Amino acid sequence: MTTLIRFLSRNKPLVGLVVLMAAVAVLSPSFMTVDNLLNILRQTSINAVIAVGMTYVILSGGIDLSVGSVLAFCGAVCAWLVAGDLSIWLAIPLTLLLGAGLGAVNGVVIGTGGVQPFVATLVAMTMLRGATLVFTDGRPITTGTGAAADAFWSVGGGYLLGIPVPVVVAAVVFAICGLILTRTRFGRYTYAVGGNEVVARLSGIRVNLEKTTIYALSGLLAALAGVILTARLKVRSRPPAPGTSWTPSPPSWSAAPACPAARAPCSARWSAPSSSAC
Amino acid sequence: MDPQSGFLLDLKGVGKGFNGVTVLDGVDFRLRGGEIMALIGENGAGKSTLMRIITGIVQPDSASAMMFRGQSVRFTAPRQAIDAGIAMIHQELNLLPHLSVADNIWLGREPRNRLGLIDRGRMRREAKALLERLRQTIDPDRAVGSLSVGQQQMVEIARALSLNAELIIMDEPTDALTDVETAVLFEVIRALKADGKGIVYISHRLGEIFALCDSVTVLRDGHMVHRGAVADLDEAALIRHMVGRSITDQYPYLPCPAGPERLAVEGVSADGVTDVSFTAAGGEILGFAGLMGAGRTELGKAIFGASRLRAGSVRVDGTEVRLRHPRDGVAAGIAYVPEDRKAEGLIQGHSIRTNMSLAALKQLCGPAGVVRQTDERTAVDRFMAAFAVKAHGIGAEVRTLSGGNQQKISLAKALMLSPKVVILDEPTRGVDVGARREIYGLINDLKAKGLCILLMSSDMPELLGLSDRILVMAGGRITGRFARDEATQEKIMACAIA
Repeated sequence: MTTLIRFLSRNKPLVGLVVLMAAVAVLSPSFMTVDNLLNILRQTSINAVIAVGMTYVILSGGIDLSVGSVLAFCGAVCAWLVAGDLSIWLAIPLTLLLGAGLGAVNGVVIGTGGVQPFVATLVAMTMLRGATLVFTDGRPITTGTGAAADAFWSVGGGYLLGIPVPVVVAAVVFAICGLILTRTRFGRYTYAVGGNEVVARLSGIRVNLEKTTIYALSGLLAALAGVILTARLKVRSRPPAPGTSWTPSPPSWSAAPACPAARAPCSARWSAPSSSAC
Repeated sequence: MDPQSGFLLDLKGVGKGFNGVTVLDGVDFRLRGGEIMALIGENGAGKSTLMRIITGIVQPDSASAMMFRGQSVRFTAPRQAIDAGIAMIHQELNLLPHLSVADNIWLGREPRNRLGLIDRGRMRREAKALLERLRQTIDPDRAVGSLSVGQQQMVEIARALSLNAELIIMDEPTDALTDVETAVLFEVIRALKADGKGIVYISHRLGEIFALCDSVTVLRDGHMVHRGAVADLDEAALIRHMVGRSITDQYPYLPCPAGPERLAVEGVSADGVTDVSFTAAGGEILGFAGLMGAGRTELGKAIFGASRLRAGSVRVDGTEVRLRHPRDGVAAGIAYVPEDRKAEGLIQGHSIRTNMSLAALKQLCGPAGVVRQTDERTAVDRFMAAFAVKAHGIGAEVRTLSGGNQQKISLAKALMLSPKVVILDEPTRGVDVGARREIYGLINDLKAKGLCILLMSSDMPELLGLSDRILVMAGGRITGRFARDEATQEKIMACAIA
């Protein structure tokens, strides 16, 4: 009993979630359906993937405001690569690499450059938002109807053993990054850098390298979220199949408080052939 | 002042317990106006609980009498104690660094003009007057963060004066002060005494107590074990009262056959260090003396790789080491135990386990950087037992530990690297008498194992007691070299102020 209470007091957000779910389940009979829950998970997966990277950043004592813009820019680039009928086995890794590179630049500016994380990533956010606008010319990019586009569609709308692919991706990201955080040297160092940078340095940790890696990871995961979102938007351009419960609301990441850039109007527009879809 | 007894503060039979553990048991504490009362005792003796009761932060479980200025008092909140005229200057100063000196002094009690706005002119004038009473020429408009620690201390005292405090409690006020600042502080305290204020002076530094205080109250394990005039005691008697046993050999020297040369430093210059050369052997404790700011800490950091070497070379066991980052020092077998445990030594909010293994984590990792948790726990447990660390377990947060236990963790963290050279910077600062001896024992164990130890300390008896040789630093240079048998406090001081 006491262990249960201790568990609950340590996991207050979980308690809140359960209460909220119970309340909504009572209020709406369609909430507790497999279709709806899967749909919620699918929508949340984009936020969740970004949150994993942000967890590392915050644990290291920083903040990454640029995730929304990285998502937008990388999403646009990915859509463009797929439109060029590049295999998704190349297009997606290239996009992730781009995100990691953008994040690494943040990390170098923050670590070696000594710029406050808030300022550095705010600048990156604004610059990438502009870059996205220039890259897309302010117009939607369509992924076309080639073989690559079809494969890309399956990333956003496909299923693996009955579970939406974005949900599977998010779960895998959670598992891997959770293990890295708790079981490896890199994870320990992440905590140490956030706990006390001076102590970390005097313990022989290359703090700047750690920060670069951490922000690169955040950028990579933001890019991954961008890939998922783009693949989902492609889906949304098709008429909803009967029986599926598409929510007309904008993608959930736009409400994420940690990424104000996600509200950038250009970020949601590039791959939807008809802008009314957004 | 109580006209009958003549005591400013008179507490009788104060008792207090936390969670069933008695912290104070029937303690009497009293002082007169114009008296400087030293309060001493080992960590955990109950000093801070007693002060927290006097300042209204906690309430006693029992007390047969609590009189202040002749009136029976029972403070239930700090505000009441402040209003009654009791001010406490905490070891960690309670100042807002970005506000001005005047703002800090009048914080929460800003004088208003007729329009209800803050009367800045008056604040500044009165702050200046208060500081002048303390013979300080600090500009009241300066931000507190730009002042030296000693000046900040003066601002705290000025604030206490502005409260018209009759009783001022100072907790380890000289811990971060230079010798010059300490002398000024003592002068100020004596002036306060002349004004008839009562002073409670808490310190680990016995020398200061003899220099400054009139009388002393000694607490041990929650009991008052001695009260009397300082003049009637000597240092040995004071220590006997504190620890309840006589520590005959406070600084146990361990003679060791000198081993081969392990560390050779040649012509090293870095920030605050100029052209320093020396060698040190295995099984040797090489002491570094000097005043604050003499460059000892800077030298230690330079040899370890934490600050940039501008010139010179460092060799460990004959191999030259390239030092650009602390990890280079770590890789070469040099361990550095910093002076400031809180800021540089340990991550206060993290567990004993993760702190202790942090520097040596590489050796405890398998392929792909996965921490071998069982090995880690074994290694940590071994040091916990060997160093007799008192804690609830290796998951306990470091900040919950006493200074002595934190220092042991800091030492263990360095030793987990199996170093060849250990640089100890002020290893017993903020550590009480009993735990000090344990740490000296540990240092001697390392010496016996053939490690080369550089001991940097401002505690002269400690340095003279433990070292095989002593180098004296001043202005970043080595100004004196002494063998153990020729070193004396006077000779060292003569070189330190050169």
